Amino acid sequence: MSASEARRPCRPYQPYRPYRALLSARFRMMLQYRAAALAGVATQFFWGAIYVMIYEAFYSLGVPAPMSFEATITYVWLGQALLALQPWNHDKEIEEMIRRGHVAYELVRPLDLYGLWFVRAVAWRTAGASLRFLPIVFVAGFVLPGLGAERWALLPPDSGGAALLFVVSLIAAVALGAAITTLVHVSLLFTLSGEGITRLMPTVVILFSGMIIPIPFFPDWIQPLFEWLPFRGLADVPFRIYNGHIPVADAFGEIALVAAWTGLLMGLGRVLMARGTRRLVVQGG
Amino acid sequence: MAQIVVEELRKTFHIARRRPGFLGALRGLGRREHDPLHALDGISFEIGAGELVGYIGPNGAGKSTTVKVLSGILVPDSGRCEVLGLVPWKRRQEYVGRIGVVFGQRTQLWWDLPVVESFELLGDIYRVAPAEFRRAFDELVPLLDLEPLLNTPVRQLSLGQRMRCDLAAALLHAPPLLFLDEPTIGLDAPSKLAVRDFVKRLNRERGTTVILTTHDMDDIESLCERVMVIGQGRILCDGSLGELRARVTGERRLIIDVDGDAPLEDPDARLIRREGHRVTLAFDPDRVATADLIGRIARSHEVRDLFVENPPIEEVISQLYRSHGTEVGA
Amino acid sequence: MNDLRLYLRMVGIAIRGSMQYRASFLMMSLGQLGVTAIEFFGIWALFDRFGRLPGWQLAEVAVFYGVVNVAFAFADTLSRGFDLFGEDLKQGEFDRLLVRPRSPLLQLSGRRFAIHRVGRFAQGLAVLAFGLHALDITLGPAQIGLLLLTLAGGTALFLGLVILQATLAFFSTESLEVMNTMTYGGVQTAQYPLAIYRESFRRFFTFVVPLAGVAYFPVLALMGRSDPLGSTLWMQALAPLSGFAFLALACGAFALGTRRYTSAGS
Repeated sequence: MSASEARRPCRPYQPYRPYRALLSARFRMMLQYRAAALAGVATQFFWGAIYVMIYEAFYSLGVPAPMSFEATITYVWLGQALLALQPWNHDKEIEEMIRRGHVAYELVRPLDLYGLWFVRAVAWRTAGASLRFLPIVFVAGFVLPGLGAERWALLPPDSGGAALLFVVSLIAAVALGAAITTLVHVSLLFTLSGEGITRLMPTVVILFSGMIIPIPFFPDWIQPLFEWLPFRGLADVPFRIYNGHIPVADAFGEIALVAAWTGLLMGLGRVLMARGTRRLVVQGG
Repeated sequence: MAQIVVEELRKTFHIARRRPGFLGALRGLGRREHDPLHALDGISFEIGAGELVGYIGPNGAGKSTTVKVLSGILVPDSGRCEVLGLVPWKRRQEYVGRIGVVFGQRTQLWWDLPVVESFELLGDIYRVAPAEFRRAFDELVPLLDLEPLLNTPVRQLSLGQRMRCDLAAALLHAPPLLFLDEPTIGLDAPSKLAVRDFVKRLNRERGTTVILTTHDMDDIESLCERVMVIGQGRILCDGSLGELRARVTGERRLIIDVDGDAPLEDPDARLIRREGHRVTLAFDPDRVATADLIGRIARSHEVRDLFVENPPIEEVISQLYRSHGTEVGA
Repeated sequence: MNDLRLYLRMVGIAIRGSMQYRASFLMMSLGQLGVTAIEFFGIWALFDRFGRLPGWQLAEVAVFYGVVNVAFAFADTLSRGFDLFGEDLKQGEFDRLLVRPRSPLLQLSGRRFAIHRVGRFAQGLAVLAFGLHALDITLGPAQIGLLLLTLAGGTALFLGLVILQATLAFFSTESLEVMNTMTYGGVQTAQYPLAIYRESFRRFFTFVVPLAGVAYFPVLALMGRSDPLGSTLWMQALAPLSGFAFLALACGAFALGTRRYTSAGS
């Protein structure tokens, strides 16, 4: 630091500045991976089509279903467009960092490590999803009907209110997803190779969020379990607000519940991180 | 007979240009522009069996590109290269079985395995006959003082211990030629000495040819009879340390401890620095005899102590880079 | 020491290495079992809602599911060394393998070994057994031979996919997410009978990524069911060979990628 800088009056307190910088740096880094993003769009569109065909086959029987065919297809496309938002995998860099014992260096930065990892998770998920969202929505919402495949198309939101609340619920979903991701990363501090939890996450998240099949399709007797787990806030809640299966009047309560879960999981993550880093300091010697 | 022959080696990389900022990154999603980088711009040299050659140059000068070509990892654009009578990148697997490579910054040992098991696995990978493996193992372990480390998992070794193990690992198949890429980087002083001592013995006693890239001039000074300096993809200088010094500057240094603060000047010498009582002068022994200069200064000043030395190799090298317009420490 | 023995040696070491992380290993094995059981639960739930697929019942889908998952579990076990290949390239670890006198593919596949895939394996086998039992299929020598050929072909196909995805890392700096979509998505697809998909997709899974060759066609022969798509029994029985062809092509692509890497540098 030069002398003139030292003499300058106190800089304004900017608690979020480092996080903002990290967020944008991470975003720029992800955007370089254009080939992966393109491939991601193509493959996700592909698997979306597979799901559509599976539902088409089931619906062709004419059996009454919990959601209309069109609403289900819309749900499927939203799932594909926002797959990258789901906290089903973990950050390999953080895993390596912990495995090689470099995580101690992270503690040296003048930042709250939980906040750092949370922001990193937000940036990671949103950067991945934002690159894929628009192309998939464009193809599923506009190209498919243009090609005459209206039955396969992603429909617009059920109503103006549904559109607005969808956006709010999506923000809640991002926060919830980042809280879960960070919790997984924190758990890596506790086992030398935390593969156990990380291997468990994909299917737990994909099943209980509604990514594998929409939650209303599960048998009625098991519905309470899905109700009381946090994961449906990641996909099922926003998607059903979008397609109108959750009416606008009920949406507020659902979103509030997602927000409450997010707060709870963030608190848990913080507590565990405090313990984990203490262990680390003791171990590191 | 030359063990390594390199003639007019050229290699150009195409580096994607990155635009700054968020919008730049977005624009990068479309077409990217590429800048050519001439990592090797016509390099030629020969190295004989049993030589110990230091290969130095600033980052990005083409040092590691050369090592990669010589170790068969990278195919050059043009030029000739023969090592041990083979072209490294042709029949690569056969070739690399006959050389040893140590990358200072990464280990070739298995992270979770005890050292001795890594060694055994490498013996299998290099198809070393059991008797020969035993002989190499018995020779290397005491030489590098590895006995106490053999049953430790690699992840628990210190950097210096790991480097000693990596040296042994690269030599289990008794290669006649060893590439050492920054073997002392990040090591503490005793570890550096141990590594240097071992390399010297390996070269003298076994006659192993060693090519050493490093940023540490002490490595060069204590090990290498021959130094090749690369800058911007070209060999700037190839010869002994003495020749290198002579080519860059004939100057020598006179270091004098004086009493008092009186200015110390002489028409035949240039003041380089003064730190308290210690004055460093540079002079050209062709223009003034060392004894004359010392005599003159001793007559006019209170001299407590003095000695003459060569300019430190760091300065010689950076002067060499400067004279070729190469940026140092890029 | 020949390649196979070296490979087994490396695998043995990798297993012992991973055993050092015992708590995680236990969690992994148990977790995987639960996790894959949940997958079949999704399929079961749809059959519970709709009763059946037109022309197919749950037990038949269970056989497809079992075959695909057992094959994938094998492949996944064998291919863990490729998981972080993109990172290996970035960090220069691949250089390390190139300066050794053995095939990089061999060194990569022996580097890590995921024995905890017993979870997916056991679950796939259980679902397969349920399907075969519910359909009342007797397993004679011909059926067992065909089943083993199918599983081997499927393993080869999934290995090929993993190697192909690793190959992508030579050309792009991020390939892992695509890999998961491809392999897991492939499993997802082949769990259902090929006949329910549109023709363009059927062609893709028959001729580009021959999943149908290692699941749909041979399983039909196994069940002794006629194919609504009109394939003959001989075609069905020989179809698993396409998995080996795919693996061979993938290895070729990897060799090309290696050549590109050694001429472009990093």
